[in-house]
Amino acid sequence: MATLASGASSPLYAKRRRKNVVTMGMAYAATGFGLSWLALILGVLFWEGFSGLSLRVFTEMTPPPGASGGLLNPIIGSLVMTFLAVLMGTPLGILAGTYLAEYGRYDKLSSVVRFINDILLSAPSIVVGLFIYELMVAQMGHFSGWAGAVALAVIVVPVVVRTTEDMLTLVPDTLREAAASVGLPRSLMIQKVAYRAARAGMITGVLLAIARISGETAPLLFTALNNQFWTNDMNAPVSSLPVVIFQFALSPYKDWQELAWTGALIITMAVLALSITARFLGGERKKS
Amino acid sequence: MNSSGERPVVDVAFQGGGVISAAEKVDRAKVLKRLRFGDNAFRHLTRAAAVAVLVILSGIIFSLVYGSLPAMQKFGISFLFDESWNPVTEKFGAIAPIYGTVLTSLIAMLIAVPIGLFIALFLTELCPMWLRRPIGIAVELLAGIPSIIYGIWGLFVFAPFLQQYVQPFLISVFGNVPVLSNLFAGPPYGIGILTAGLILAIMVLPFITSISRDVFDAVPPMLKESAYGLGCTTWEVARYVVLPFTRVGVIGGVMLALGRALGETMAVTFVIGNAHRISGSILAPGTTISATIANEFTEAVGDIYTSSLILLGLILFVITFIVLAFARLMLMRLNARLGK
Amino acid sequence: MSTANFTVPTVAANPGNTDDLVEKVTVQNLDFYYGDNRALKNINVSLYHGRVTAFIGPSGCGKSTLLRILNRMYDLYPNQRATGTVRLDNDDILSPSQDLNLLRAKVGMVFQKPTPFPMTIYENIAFGIRLYEKLSKADLDNRVQQALQRAALWNEVKDKLDANGLSLSGGQQQRLCIARTVAVRPEVILFDEPCSALDPISTAKIEELIDELKEDYTIAIVTHNMQQAARVSDFTAFMYLGELVEYGETTRMFTSPSDRRTQDYITGRFG
Repeated sequence: MATLASGASSPLYAKRRRKNVVTMGMAYAATGFGLSWLALILGVLFWEGFSGLSLRVFTEMTPPPGASGGLLNPIIGSLVMTFLAVLMGTPLGILAGTYLAEYGRYDKLSSVVRFINDILLSAPSIVVGLFIYELMVAQMGHFSGWAGAVALAVIVVPVVVRTTEDMLTLVPDTLREAAASVGLPRSLMIQKVAYRAARAGMITGVLLAIARISGETAPLLFTALNNQFWTNDMNAPVSSLPVVIFQFALSPYKDWQELAWTGALIITMAVLALSITARFLGGERKKS
Repeated sequence: MNSSGERPVVDVAFQGGGVISAAEKVDRAKVLKRLRFGDNAFRHLTRAAAVAVLVILSGIIFSLVYGSLPAMQKFGISFLFDESWNPVTEKFGAIAPIYGTVLTSLIAMLIAVPIGLFIALFLTELCPMWLRRPIGIAVELLAGIPSIIYGIWGLFVFAPFLQQYVQPFLISVFGNVPVLSNLFAGPPYGIGILTAGLILAIMVLPFITSISRDVFDAVPPMLKESAYGLGCTTWEVARYVVLPFTRVGVIGGVMLALGRALGETMAVTFVIGNAHRISGSILAPGTTISATIANEFTEAVGDIYTSSLILLGLILFVITFIVLAFARLMLMRLNARLGK
Repeated sequence: MSTANFTVPTVAANPGNTDDLVEKVTVQNLDFYYGDNRALKNINVSLYHGRVTAFIGPSGCGKSTLLRILNRMYDLYPNQRATGTVRLDNDDILSPSQDLNLLRAKVGMVFQKPTPFPMTIYENIAFGIRLYEKLSKADLDNRVQQALQRAALWNEVKDKLDANGLSLSGGQQQRLCIARTVAVRPEVILFDEPCSALDPISTAKIEELIDELKEDYTIAIVTHNMQQAARVSDFTAFMYLGELVEYGETTRMFTSPSDRRTQDYITGRFG
C-alpha cells in the first residue's frame, strides 16, 4: 500500500499526469478550432448570401454588370449537366463496382482497377477538365454543355465504383450462398438479392457523387465554359453555378459579387442537404 | 422407386410427384440455357465497365501527353526549371507554379496534420459518446463543402482579415529575426502563398480528421484496454499504442490529404494572387499549377501557350499520382495488418 | 443402383432396413484443398434417400466443408478444389461440365444463420420457383402456401405474406429458409448447423421439421450438438482432422462406437 501511495505522488507520475492534461487540452482546443471554422464559414455564407436571396434569383437570367438579375440560367445549366453526368456515370460505376465485389473480387484485374479507381477518386479535378478539353472541345472545335457533363461524369464514376463495391462487400456471403443454393444464376443473384441488400448504401453513393459534382468548378471552366444567356442547346457553351460564382466573385462589380455569395449559399445548401440525406440513408442501413 | 426422389407432398393435397418432376427437369434445363446467355452477358458487361475505369486513366494520361507534346518539344527538360512565364515571347517554365504548389501544400500540411490528429484523438478517446456522432457529422460536412466556397470565403473574409491583423503582426514580430524576416518580408497583401496555404489547411483538415478517426477506431479495443490496464494515461495510450499501431494508416491518410491539397484548384485560385515568380517571402503573391491553368487556359492564345498549360497539368497529375499511389499503398498495408 | 460395399457394414445391425435403402449421394475417395492445405482426406460416405445423415466432429474437422462440396458451393471462391468422385444418382457432381445452378436447385441448403433474402416473405419463396417455372398467379400462390406449410410456418405468416422476411424472429426466419429450399423441389437438402443460432424451442421445431421432411428427401445435417445428431439422424458420421473416422447407424455409433476417437468425442473427452 505504501509503495502505491508513493507511486501516485511521485514526481514521475506527476509529470506524466501534467503531460496528459496538456495534450488532452490540446485535443479539446483542436476540436474547438476545427468546428469554429465550420461555424465561421457557414455563418458568413448565410449572412452574405441571404441578403441577396429572393425570388428574382430563381426567375431571372444573369445580368450584365451594373444591372440587376438572377441565377436562373446557371442553376438550370448546373442541374442539366449534373443530371446528364449522373445518368452517364452511375451505370458505369455500378457495373464496375459489381465486377470488383462480385465476379472479380480476388482477381488481378480487380486489384489493379481498385487501385487506379482510388487514385482517380482523389485526382485533381482540373486535370479531368483538361482531359475532356482535349477529348471533346479540341476535337469539336467549341465548348459545349455535353463536354461539361462528360467531365462531371468522369468524376462521378470513381465515387460510385467505390461505394458500390464497399456496399456489396458488406452483403454477407451467406446470402449469396443461400441464393446460389436455390439454383439462382450468378447474375440474378447479384441483381435480385445483392443489389437489394445493398440498395440503401448504393443510393447513398450516388447522392454523394451528386454532392461532389454539384460544387465542382475546375472541370467545367474549359469544357462547358459559361454563357450569359439561356440555352437549350447542349452543344453550345452552358453556364453553371460554380463557374458563374467564380467569374462574378472575381469581378469588380458589387452586384455580381452579391450574386456570387447567393449562388455560393444555394450550392452549399444543396450539397449539405444531399450529404445529410445520404448520411441518413446510410445510417438507417446500419441500424437494420 | 422414383429415381428423382420426388414424392407427393404429404400434408397438402397435390398431384402425384413423378410426372411433374420429370416435366420439370426438362423445363429447368431449357430455362437455364436461356438464363446462361443473360448470365454471361452481365458478367462481361461488368468486366467491361471495370476495364473502362482503366481506359479513363489511360485516356487522361494519353490526352495530357498528346496535348503537351508541342511544349515538350520546344522547351524539353528545361521547362521544369525555368522561372519565366511570358505569353508575349512564348517563353514558359514551370518552376514558379511547382514551387507555389509544393509550398502552399506544405504550409497546409504543417498546420492541418497535428490539428487533425488531435481532433481524431479527441473523437476516439475523449469525446462523450453522445457527442461523437454530431461532431463526426460536422467534420464530414466540412469535408463536403465545395472548394469554391472556401475560395470565395477566403477572398472576401479571410484575406482581408489576414491583411489587417495577422500579417502586419507577423511582419513586425519577425522583422528583426534573421532568416524569418525574409520569410515574412514585404507589404501585407492579404492574398498570397500563406493565405492559400491556410485556406488549404482548413480544407484538408476534415479529410485528415475523418481518415485518422477511422484508422484510430480500427485499433483492437483489447490492445487499448490492456494499456489502460497497466495504468497508462490517455495520452500514453495514444502515443505508444494507437499511433504506432496505426502509423502506416495515418501516413496514408496524410498523403491522401496532401494529394488533395496539391491538386486543389478553386480554393487556391481566389487567394494566391497569380504571380509567376518565386519570392522568398510567404506573404508575397505566387501561383500554383492548378491556379495557373484555371486562370489562363481559356484565354491562352497560340499552341505553345495552351500546350505549356497542358504540360503543367501533366506535371501536376504525375506528382499527385505518385503521392496518391503512395497513400493507397500505405492504407493497404494497414488493412493487411488488420486482416481485412 | 450401386451397392454400398465399403461403408455400410454396420447397417447389418438392423438388417430389416438394408433392402429399402437407396443410395442417393455417393462420395468416393474425396479430397479437398484450400489452396495447398488438404482439408479433407480420402472421404468415402453415402447418403440414403429418406434418411437423415448427421456429420459430427470438433470445429474445423471438415464437416461443413464436406457439405459444401455436395452442392459445389465452394465454387464461389477461388483456390478451392475437390478431387475424387461425388455422384448424385448417376450424375458426377464434381464434373467440370456440371451445371451448377441445376445442381443447386436439386441439392438445397439451409445455413447456420437464417438468410432470408431482402424481400417480402411471399417473394422469398416465389422467387426461386419463378426462376424455373412459369406459373399462373393461383398456382404460384398455391406453391408458396404449400412450401410454407411444409416448413410449418404457414399459420404464423399467412396474414403477413407482404411483410419483409427480415421482420420474422430467428426461428421463423430459419423455417422461411427451409420453405424457400423446399419450394424449389430439391432432392437432397443439406443443413449446415441449422440450429446453432436458435433458441431451444425453435430448435425443437426445426428438428421436428427435419423428421417430417426426411420421408421425401435425402437429408444431411452438420451439427455440433451430439444430442441433436442422436435425435434427428438415422446415420452418423464422425469426422476428425479432415478424415472420416467412423460412419454407421446412429444408434450403434452412440452406443458402441468402434473407434477410440469416436468414443472420446461422444463421451466429451475432447472437442
